Amino acid sequence: MAEISSDGGGSHKKVKGKPKGKKMSTHIDMTPMVDLAFLLLTFFMLATSFSRPHAMEVIYPEKPKNDKDIPELPKERALTFLVGKNDKLLYYYGLLDKSTQLENADYSPESIRKIVMDRMVYAKNYSKDHQGLFVMIKATEDARYKNIVDIFDEMNITKAPNYAIMDILPEEKKMLDAK
Amino acid sequence: MPKIKLPRSSPRLDMTPMVDLAFLLVTFFMLTTKFRAEEPVLVDTPSSIADQIIDKDYILLTVGSKGEVFFSMDNKNSRRSLIDKLDERRKLGLSEKEKNTFAVMGSLGVPFNKLKTLLNLKPDERTKFKQDGIPSDSTDNELNDWIHQARLVNANFRIAVKGDQNVHYKEFQGIVKTLIKNSAHRFNLITNLEAAPNTKK
Repeated sequence: MAEISSDGGGSHKKVKGKPKGKKMSTHIDMTPMVDLAFLLLTFFMLATSFSRPHAMEVIYPEKPKNDKDIPELPKERALTFLVGKNDKLLYYYGLLDKSTQLENADYSPESIRKIVMDRMVYAKNYSKDHQGLFVMIKATEDARYKNIVDIFDEMNITKAPNYAIMDILPEEKKMLDAK
Repeated sequence: MPKIKLPRSSPRLDMTPMVDLAFLLVTFFMLTTKFRAEEPVLVDTPSSIADQIIDKDYILLTVGSKGEVFFSMDNKNSRRSLIDKLDERRKLGLSEKEKNTFAVMGSLGVPFNKLKTLLNLKPDERTKFKQDGIPSDSTDNELNDWIHQARLVNANFRIAVKGDQNVHYKEFQGIVKTLIKNSAHRFNLITNLEAAPNTKK
């Protein structure tokens, strides 16, 4: 009566002949275990932090002890980006004087990259000391952090030899606001 | 002609190899999982081509979209020595239990006078607790203390700044100034990875 139907739902007819011991199946129903195993598997796969953080290295220059130690920058090597609010981006070549004209740029892939690459060749060929380009990045207080990172990124892409983030001068701020 | 009888095959299939594999993977993921520390703010980082990976030995400064600063440091033991130092310097009066809580928690961003309250909360209460960031203005630059003491614990830890895209440059500049004051001229910005464009022409 209390038979365990282990023979795959076969007939209940007793086989005549030798009395056999009850044949137990060696199969265990593994379905619940598998369910659990896959549940755990899914959980751990999702909980694992796959995206390890990627980082960009930034190096700020150390302040020289006295101002005489700062080497003079020939104007051919200088390129300045002014970063303003609302993704405004302007640039000028050379050092700031009365004749300085600000040009418009934007954050599209071709803009900054082209300016920097073109000027890199120029700086190398026409400057007195034949050193590479020096890019100065100056941002106003209300510029977005993203814009700064974007410019740093372009510097890494173009492999600009020197770049630094600097404090914006009051005259530059005025010019940026006026444009 | 008699019908050909197909041998009745059992509908069961042998799941053993599958189970073996499933458990192997479970074990693997269980052992390798390092749970992501809970963060008090969601930060939408800008993207760049930079691909350095920082997953240990770091001091992490998270900057939320409103400029609130959160501090975190890798390694339980380092965190423990950090809180000892801070407790001593700032006279926080923390108990052993509170210090141990600090050693195992993730990012935090509260002024020193609220630190004790925060550490006494239950984990679920702590996630709901509104953290306004570590004060970093010039009147009382608490962030400076955090960084200074953390650098004393281990000067080889790399410093990473994880900023939201929309943070104003002003806040970022403030943090950089604090870092430079602690002679950390070299640090890392956490960004999302994007494919590097082909610049060769």
